[in-house]
Amino acid sequence: MSFIKKHEKLEKNSILLLISIIVAVLIGGVVEVIPLFRTETVIEPVKGVRPYTPLELAGYNIYIREGCYNCHSQQVRPLRDEVARYGHYSLAAESMYDHPFQWGSKRTGPDLARVGGKYSDEWHVAHMVEPRDVVPESIMPSYSFLLHTGAKIDDLGQHLKTLRIVGVPYTDEMIENAEKDAIAQAAPADKVDTDGFHGRYGEKVLARDFDGQPEMISEMDALIAYLQVLGTMVDFKSAEEVEESAP
Amino acid sequence: MTTTVADTHQEYNYEVVRLFTIATVFWGLAGFVVGLLIALQLAFPDLNIEPYLNFGRLRPLHTSAVIFAFGGNALFATSYFVVQRTCQVRLWSDGLAFFTFWGYQLVIVMAGVGYLFGVTQGKEYAEPEWYVDIWLTIVWVAYLLVFLGTVMKRKEPHLYVANWFYLAFIITVAVLHLGNALSVPVSWTGTKSYTVFSGVQSAMIQWWYGHNAVGFFLTAGFLGMMYYFVPKRAERPVYSYRLSILHFWSLIFIYIWAGPHHLHYTALPDWAQTLGMTFSIMLWMPSWGGMINGVMTLSGAWHKLREDPVLRFMIISLAFYGMSTFEGPLMSIKSVNSLSHYTDWTIGHVHSGALGWVGFISFGALYYMVPVLWGREKLYSMKLVNLHLWIATIGIVLYIAAMWVSGIMQGLMWRDYDDMGFLEYSFVESVMAMHPFYLIRALGGALYVIGALIMTYNFYRTIKGDVCEEEYKTDGVLKGAVA
Repeated sequence: MSFIKKHEKLEKNSILLLISIIVAVLIGGVVEVIPLFRTETVIEPVKGVRPYTPLELAGYNIYIREGCYNCHSQQVRPLRDEVARYGHYSLAAESMYDHPFQWGSKRTGPDLARVGGKYSDEWHVAHMVEPRDVVPESIMPSYSFLLHTGAKIDDLGQHLKTLRIVGVPYTDEMIENAEKDAIAQAAPADKVDTDGFHGRYGEKVLARDFDGQPEMISEMDALIAYLQVLGTMVDFKSAEEVEESAP
Repeated sequence: MTTTVADTHQEYNYEVVRLFTIATVFWGLAGFVVGLLIALQLAFPDLNIEPYLNFGRLRPLHTSAVIFAFGGNALFATSYFVVQRTCQVRLWSDGLAFFTFWGYQLVIVMAGVGYLFGVTQGKEYAEPEWYVDIWLTIVWVAYLLVFLGTVMKRKEPHLYVANWFYLAFIITVAVLHLGNALSVPVSWTGTKSYTVFSGVQSAMIQWWYGHNAVGFFLTAGFLGMMYYFVPKRAERPVYSYRLSILHFWSLIFIYIWAGPHHLHYTALPDWAQTLGMTFSIMLWMPSWGGMINGVMTLSGAWHKLREDPVLRFMIISLAFYGMSTFEGPLMSIKSVNSLSHYTDWTIGHVHSGALGWVGFISFGALYYMVPVLWGREKLYSMKLVNLHLWIATIGIVLYIAAMWVSGIMQGLMWRDYDDMGFLEYSFVESVMAMHPFYLIRALGGALYVIGALIMTYNFYRTIKGDVCEEEYKTDGVLKGAVA
């Protein structure tokens, strides 16, 4: 048995065995992962996707902290029933600023990729405080503490700075004004000047008192700001053009 | 550990193996109980206690506890045991070996406490934050050094097959961990970090890691366990040496490609999905190579299955391994996956592998090791081993059958249309339909916990030095078959 004879070498030399193992396991990873960094072949050039505002980012971090991804996906597959239930299938561009992605792997609850704008802020507050008040059959835990917990916004500039290191295009101005922008987005419209904020993140960005408590910026404000933007950024007219021009 | 125990193998470091063995049982119980709790939370949402004990925070606690605390300690214990026995030398460095023990327990505690307080990177099975990741890297390098150092001073010219698998497990987990954990902390004094990769890339790298946590942590490592303890317990040589070589190399080469099957129909490019599916289907063969090699080791010794419940644990575990490694490739086919993905079917699949394969092969190895490690002639009670076996088996069957039904039902309800071409069911109707199956699943989990408690009691009495007199004749032989 010649191949057994050859294999003897590996069995008698542990370092050679170790190196062979490393080579064997690296090949698959290299082939599948490296080409994905040619982003022009992976992420379609659609319009509208922007980095999260500081408040939305705080919400994204609460979403991760509470482990929402354990039960909710954010990835609508291009299947007839999913498009009918949730909306347009998810595009790669839509999660390009998520470090890490929140596509999920399980739907104990419904997909949230396009939940933005589907429900009112009041609905979200009521649902988060006691899910069974609005959906009697729900098995979601309650998150009423979010309403009474102030969102940590004083270090958001540092968060933006860190994200810039890993490739999110936040400007110096955005980093400098992170805390102010968080306040501007969550305060009642007549109380603060939101011009600078809209100038930095666009006119489309929602700025309002999300949790109905004008006196504070709660974690509920941040989470709802995040949920309300999910799936709403892409300009689908431009997405259609990209799809039509695809080979 | 008591030093009065008459240790017949003074030349081996059994002390550290004993510590890892105790930790395996302890974390196993903890992980199973948290699993039962979160199973009950899905049936009775009032069991969630916000914020610390909500499902979203406890689910990573469960998965980390069973995979990395129970499974990890079992792998440490058995790999240190096996490498010493098969190389016929003491562990290379006692100090470093004990460091891996305490260092690894610290990883578990830091990670677990973090989850309860919401400290998480939000990547499944890789939730611990950057500071835990760095500490784990240090511990893991020490582990590799201890293992490799022991291997290199071995007295046997050939390195036994079990050690190939342990080595592949240790080194590949290191590669995966380093690749997937790359992140930038927001501040050096804070817990939060952002992963270097985003969107599609982070998804691909996460499931390259995630699927190979299954492939190398929960498969290759435990195959190492299987290759030592099954032949040892059956007192037969491994069925086929050629098959070992063939399935070892094909398994580790192919496994690494399978990750994208977690991302079918997503924004991941199609070519990657297709590659992932193709290699997942190919993976069926090397997986069954291992199962066949293990089960056929009993050739000529099948009667031992009738007499020895410990061997029965190992063979049933191989049966579950064979079943879940057939189910896996099936679920990786895109058209099947379009139904099964996001449903409880996946949860059932994971648990037939985790409870059946990983759990049972570990229990078998523990039942073999505990009397040896503590210098006891035999286990306190074989009848209790048998009781554990059947209670746990019934538990698994209830668990996976419930998840098959609920998962497939979920998938079908989500894609069902009425005569008008509208979706037939709202999402919450599918949630309501799950309720009875969540109850059955929790019952199955409870049985599994009870089985583990029986094992713990059996170990306690064995270590104390007790022997259940009525089970043995005066000459120490079992009274008849225990089935």
